[in-house]
Amino acid sequence: MHEASIAGGILKLVEDVRQREGFRRVTVLRIEAGQLAGVEGRALRFALEALAPGTCLQQARIDIDEPSGQAWCLPCGETIAIKQRGDACPLCGLYQLQATGGTELRVVEMLVDD
Amino acid sequence: MCVVCGCADAGTAEAVVEAPGHAHGHTHGPEGDHSREHAHDHGQGHGHIDPGSGDLHFGAGKARVSVPGMSQSRAIKLETDILGANNRIASQNRHHFESHGVTALNLVSSPGSGKTTLLCATIEALKVRAPGLHVAVIEGDQQTSFDADRIRATGAPAVQINTGKGCHLDAPMVAQAFAQLHQHQHHDAGHHDHSHADPRSLLFIENVGNLVCPAVWDLGEAAKVAILSVTEGEDKPLKYPDMFAASKLMIINKIDLLPHVLFDVQRCIEFARRVNPSIEVIQLSGTTGEGMGTWLNWLGSAMYPA
Repeated sequence: MHEASIAGGILKLVEDVRQREGFRRVTVLRIEAGQLAGVEGRALRFALEALAPGTCLQQARIDIDEPSGQAWCLPCGETIAIKQRGDACPLCGLYQLQATGGTELRVVEMLVDD
Repeated sequence: MCVVCGCADAGTAEAVVEAPGHAHGHTHGPEGDHSREHAHDHGQGHGHIDPGSGDLHFGAGKARVSVPGMSQSRAIKLETDILGANNRIASQNRHHFESHGVTALNLVSSPGSGKTTLLCATIEALKVRAPGLHVAVIEGDQQTSFDADRIRATGAPAVQINTGKGCHLDAPMVAQAFAQLHQHQHHDAGHHDHSHADPRSLLFIENVGNLVCPAVWDLGEAAKVAILSVTEGEDKPLKYPDMFAASKLMIINKIDLLPHVLFDVQRCIEFARRVNPSIEVIQLSGTTGEGMGTWLNWLGSAMYPA
């Protein structure tokens, strides 16, 4: 599934940083995959763990934060929390929502050993 | 103070505490800081010792944090978008398309929704309605060139991308495919009657049949068009919300089969509007041609002004 492509993208990103910074290995990798980012946290973890052996990510602890979804409700004129697309606004029960948060998919930071 | 030999060093350089068992050689010069050398491994448990006060500083590393239980690790703050690399190339594609007057549409759907049939019918209809308009197709499938062959049979150029195990097209693939198409276009340019040629052109990108993954992979298109056939069930937009949220237009296809299936068109449209309040909807049949006029009108308005 595409979590494998995304894991590949993460590995590439980390290796690019290694070229720049010259560390030996990663001990902790912190990733943010928002609830509305279209990526499943567990599948991503599985894909990363499968890719890690033999790379600088080998045995790294992987922390995946899944910030909750946020959306702007047009009728309410307010930002509300939603868990997934297709949910109704908890205040007015309508569906005129524009996702504003929880859509990030990024590597936040990492701890490395020189 | 150098912890190994205990000499007090008035220099400003920091001494390094070494873990037991590490070989170490050093010399001290006057005031010590620049001429002093320490040969040592980077072992476990590094802290820095202030030579003046003897204080231990575990925060002197790059990250300025101490991580108990870990060797002198440093933290590197990245905050980098994972899809950044793909999105950068997608932006390049977008720019490239715009500068060539190409309107690129990313056709997404589950396998078997009728994308290729619809494309063939669209190309034939455009030959009649807009004969000077150049139309090209980039086809995406795991394997085979069946779809590209069908497109080429209509006379329109097509490039097939085989993704192998991959489940979606990405921006670098589309960049390469477009380069291929472009080469052929230039090659054929001498044979065209330029007085009828439209400087604008249409590029259809038929993505791999998959209602999940292509939603996150920007190809540089002007818009995504989601194709949903009436044999698939009206609840699809809620079951695959990311895709319908990312699409500008939803085409409800195979409407000629409506008498034979339980498909509530209004409910489907309502579901689609729940995940994407601004989604447009066109109902058509790729085989009978019903609704094609509306689709061609939509294409006309989607293209860049001449």
